[in-house]
Amino acid sequence: MYEPILSVTDLACARGERTLFRGINFQVQAGEILLVQGGNGQGKTSLLRLLTGLSTPLEGEIRWRGERIQDCRERYHAEMAYIGHVNGIKDDLTPMENLRMAAGLAGRRLDEARAEQTLGRLGLALCLDLPARVLSFGQRRRVALAGVLTAGALLWILDEPLTGLDVHGVALLESLLHEHTEQGGLVVMTTHQPLSLAGACIRPLRVGDTDVTPTSELTPQGQ
Amino acid sequence: MLRFTLTVIRRDLLLAARRRGDWITSQFFFVMVVSMFPLGIGADPNILRMIGPGVVWVAALLASLLSLSRLFADDHRDGSLEQMLLSPEPTVLLTLGKALAHWLIYGIPLLIITPVLGIQFALPGEAILILVVSLLIGTPILSLLGSVGAALTLGLRGGGVLLTLLILPLYVPALIFGASAVDATLAGTGAEAHLSLLAAFLVMCLLISPWVAAAALRVSVE
Repeated sequence: MYEPILSVTDLACARGERTLFRGINFQVQAGEILLVQGGNGQGKTSLLRLLTGLSTPLEGEIRWRGERIQDCRERYHAEMAYIGHVNGIKDDLTPMENLRMAAGLAGRRLDEARAEQTLGRLGLALCLDLPARVLSFGQRRRVALAGVLTAGALLWILDEPLTGLDVHGVALLESLLHEHTEQGGLVVMTTHQPLSLAGACIRPLRVGDTDVTPTSELTPQGQ
Repeated sequence: MLRFTLTVIRRDLLLAARRRGDWITSQFFFVMVVSMFPLGIGADPNILRMIGPGVVWVAALLASLLSLSRLFADDHRDGSLEQMLLSPEPTVLLTLGKALAHWLIYGIPLLIITPVLGIQFALPGEAILILVVSLLIGTPILSLLGSVGAALTLGLRGGGVLLTLLILPLYVPALIFGASAVDATLAGTGAEAHLSLLAAFLVMCLLISPWVAAAALRVSVE
């Protein structure tokens, strides 16, 4: 039986007087990636922020495992990880301290060995003792990604995760997305760069313009 | 739940320890403002004794405002505030933790410097003791009410000035009870009544302001 984990009905969002989008419907189930597309200023980031629960929609509702996210905020936020435009890491702390703080604030205990392994995998093995201030933009983005990985969340909400990443970084993120979806995870993301996610279940969703076209069938997409 | 608040406090203390410059600025401001008055007014011990408690209190209000504008702003800028709001724990505990951390970082040092400043104003030992006690009860009020203002003005242009206009009137009860506790000691009528009222105000702030700050924070971040 088809049972979506994340479902959105008739979602509308307004910024000031202007309605950004209206009537957005989609469902995401385990192992799927929802790729939100649209031009600049069409409301991709706003949609993602609605999904995190940071802002409230003008109309419509967002359901997580059948419950409205306002009603199950605690459980939802425990199962969700988000990266926005800014990385959410403190410049005065080292990557490891950043992960430790993030875990502490989310009420988890950080598995230090695993965290170190994750940072190593993201190419930060040599930067473990440096404050994030001296890291490059791309490296800080990688620290934020490490935060998502160590959070062990089911749903990843990634806003332009590829910004600032080099070719290896992009390839790494692709393999991370593959692993996450293979383990039954969900991803909602935006990007302007091409991603090669052969074999993964991708749902495209266009935001903005006047015609919002919800795509209902799965399109396994090859490069 | 308590662990979350403690984590927020520990985090802010660690960050303050990494950035001592910000911390020292606020303490220096307090000392400078208080020390200017004896220099400007002259060395008449009677006048100094009369204005001393009020001056120390006003300087404490201004020093707390100086640091409050950054209470949430730094975390907002680098995105860590959003991450904290997305924690499964209630936002009230976050704002409570931030306010308590602000008090530990900026309030406690004022208590330690105040006895030295009291001597500048020719205050007797007993009055200095009451001044420190009144600040001990009063400075958490400044941090708690200030967290509401900081949350309301978050992300606004010219937020610092607006914060001052919003919060200073709310500080008035603390200022009145705090300064008059010391005056009462000097006059020999005893400070208990004023300190009790100040403590009652603290309890009220402790109960109400984290909720208001949490609601304001959610609106500001949206």
